[in-house]
Amino acid sequence: MREVDRRSKHSRRTFLKGAAAAAPAAAIATSIPLGIEDAWAEGATTLAPATMKTLVKVARDIYPHDFLVDSYYITAVKPWDGKAAKDPAVKAMIEDGVKRLDQDAQDRHKLPYAQVAWESDRVTLLQGIEQTTFFKALRSDLVVSLYNQEAVWPKFGYEGSSAEHGGYIHRGFDDINWLPKA
Amino acid sequence: MAKFDLNDDGVVVIVGSGAGGGTLGNELAQKGIKVVILEAGARNEIQDFINNEWESFTQLAWKDMRTTSGSWQVAKDFPNLPAWIVKSVGGSTVHWAGASLRFDEHEFKIRSAYGNVPGANMLDWPITLAEMEPWYTKAESKMGVTRTNSIPGLPGNNNFKVMEAGAQKVGYKQVSTGRMAINSQPRDGRGSCQQIGFCFQGCKSGAKWSTLYTEIPKGEATGNLEVRPNSMALKIEHDASGKVTGVVYADGDGKQQRQKARIVAVAGNSIESPRLLLNSASNMYPDGLANSSGQVGRNYMRHMTGSVYAVFDKSVHMYRGTTMAGIIRDEARNDPSRGFFGGYEMETISLGVPFMAAFLKPGAWGRTFTSTMEQYPQMAGMWLIGEDLPQETNRITLDPKVKDAHGLPVASVHYDDHPNDIAMRDHAYKQGSAVYEAVGATATFPTVPYPSTHNMGTNRMSAKPRDGVVNKFGQSHDIKNLFVSDGSQFTSSAACNPTLTIVSLAIRQADHIASAMQKKEI
Ligand SMILES: Cc1cc2nc3c(=O)[nH]c(=O)nc-3n(C[C@H](O)[C@H](O)[C@H](O)COP(=O)(O)OP(=O)(O)OC[C@H]3O[C@@H](n4cnc5c(N)ncnc54)[C@H](O)[C@@H]3O)c2cc1C
Ligand code: SF4
Repeated sequence: MREVDRRSKHSRRTFLKGAAAAAPAAAIATSIPLGIEDAWAEGATTLAPATMKTLVKVARDIYPHDFLVDSYYITAVKPWDGKAAKDPAVKAMIEDGVKRLDQDAQDRHKLPYAQVAWESDRVTLLQGIEQTTFFKALRSDLVVSLYNQEAVWPKFGYEGSSAEHGGYIHRGFDDINWLPKA
Repeated sequence: MAKFDLNDDGVVVIVGSGAGGGTLGNELAQKGIKVVILEAGARNEIQDFINNEWESFTQLAWKDMRTTSGSWQVAKDFPNLPAWIVKSVGGSTVHWAGASLRFDEHEFKIRSAYGNVPGANMLDWPITLAEMEPWYTKAESKMGVTRTNSIPGLPGNNNFKVMEAGAQKVGYKQVSTGRMAINSQPRDGRGSCQQIGFCFQGCKSGAKWSTLYTEIPKGEATGNLEVRPNSMALKIEHDASGKVTGVVYADGDGKQQRQKARIVAVAGNSIESPRLLLNSASNMYPDGLANSSGQVGRNYMRHMTGSVYAVFDKSVHMYRGTTMAGIIRDEARNDPSRGFFGGYEMETISLGVPFMAAFLKPGAWGRTFTSTMEQYPQMAGMWLIGEDLPQETNRITLDPKVKDAHGLPVASVHYDDHPNDIAMRDHAYKQGSAVYEAVGATATFPTVPYPSTHNMGTNRMSAKPRDGVVNKFGQSHDIKNLFVSDGSQFTSSAACNPTLTIVSLAIRQADHIASAMQKKEI
């Protein structure tokens, strides 16, 4: 059978370079010690970097895929910054949601959400807010914004658009070879 | 290409260009009858189709607001998307998968065959299978249905082979790549299936029949058919005698136009068609057009559905090749000893990663969900589709609050599962899982229904005017020159996919309209 190459097409390095380029010029020029890993969050205009980082953590906890590096989750949640810029209600929903989550984490673990060490503990916190608009909006957006990234498809063994490759008629539509003989 | 004047009152106006409307339009045009098709959606052609589930959905699907209520799962998971159908020239035949099956004889007479099932609004069709057979034959030839007219079946893809092997192990006998309106060899100016695997997103090879590139251009070539895209019908008007006289619609600029008509045929699919009739209420017809029975919008059917996905320890790549060319028919019979009336089919289905994430278990999150997603290449899938029973209270009404861009009430879709549907679905989940377990599935997933792709029954056919909306030709009982030409005519839903029957009825209706026009009856 023709298997799908699940390795990354573009490396993590390329992504980070791109993200660094998007980081605020001022921050780089004044050489504020800004971890390159965090540069993307500083690029947010409306939501605080800490809020963005918590969103990324929440996104990974909602749909944990250990073979996906943070960049995919970042891409998935980043548009919230733009939406918050356009709509104060969205901004409030996100900020209040993150605040509540951090508060719940403080109450239970004396740490902000993103620093709670075990995923299972963070999931318990998320279960506590599962019925909130914040969680519902985040999850229903994420199920598209994460899984609809073409770059993640090969990792799930999915090949995406096929018409330009002539379909699968010569590319393994019927190449299964392990079924019991009838 | 024809262009008719708004004041030309000799034309037949058809609302909708899908399976029903597109076919009727061409059939009438071939007979020399002048036709204007009003289509709410844009004209997206083959080269515009996109092999990407969400992008294609955005391009083609009906996304205008609708509301929902009832016990069905869809109201919970997708409260504003009760149906997954198309708003584009060609209608849902752009999205459809091509499965083309005839009703069984008993499915035209459920009242006689199943009796008066409590909670259901049982009725026999005013037509029989015997009467329909010649029309089915014409439709199969028109659509190029495999395994009819000496057209060979499609080759089976990986997803089919898994299902077939499992079916044989559990002892099923009626297993094949089905009767599909997809070319297995070049035919009718269209090529053969390239196994692209995006049948739901518009077939980029044109192998799959769609009114968009078959009926509609053929009709246009006669000079008798004009298709107006971006034209949303708002209201059907009538004169003092009660006959319909034309259709008011919003054009692409949102401006209202009035197309006069000798005959109006409604084919907007089973949610919009009753909505249009209800929105056309007047002093003379205060409950909406053709609604003296009170049945307009009622008896909404959407099939008992569900899916079973299964994971194996080795790869399947179910998404490669034809989406739905695979069927098990053994459970389609009516055998009440299983605990329900009617039957169901199991048909192969596959979703890409983006849709799988959204539809596998709507609302689910966390590791249980993501570990399943990570098994994607080892998954096989089948869709379950069975007969659901008509219920008077399952219905399309006008939403009392929500209005569309034109200020008209949107459709509200109410659906409660009948105990018969639930019993059938449980049975189907069990059998579907058994098929996959027989060939070594390590896990199976009974997946809840998607938004309705099959919508039927909301302007049903009846022998007696008090039981339904239209007669055996789809002509409304109340208004002689008002027709219904889509799946909303269905009196029952049957265990099979609806489109072949919609097309057969449209061909038959065209004959009836032409002869009635000739005899000056309408
Ligand atoms: C993903 C998917 C897969 C499917 N697979 C199959 C299959 O394998 N086999 C099968 O038999 N069926 C299948 N179907 C169902 C099939 O597509 C429909 O049953 C069939 O197309 C319905 O025909 P129709 O004429 O009733 O409506 P449609 O084909 O939906 O056409 C209705 C048209 O009317 C237009 N319209 C609505 N209201 C207005 C208005 N007010 N003014 C102007 N225009 C309007 C709409 O925009 C639309 O274009 C599938 C459907 C989907 C979505
Ligand atoms: S698999 Fe065949 S029918 Fe489906 S989209 Fe591709 S070419 Fe068309």
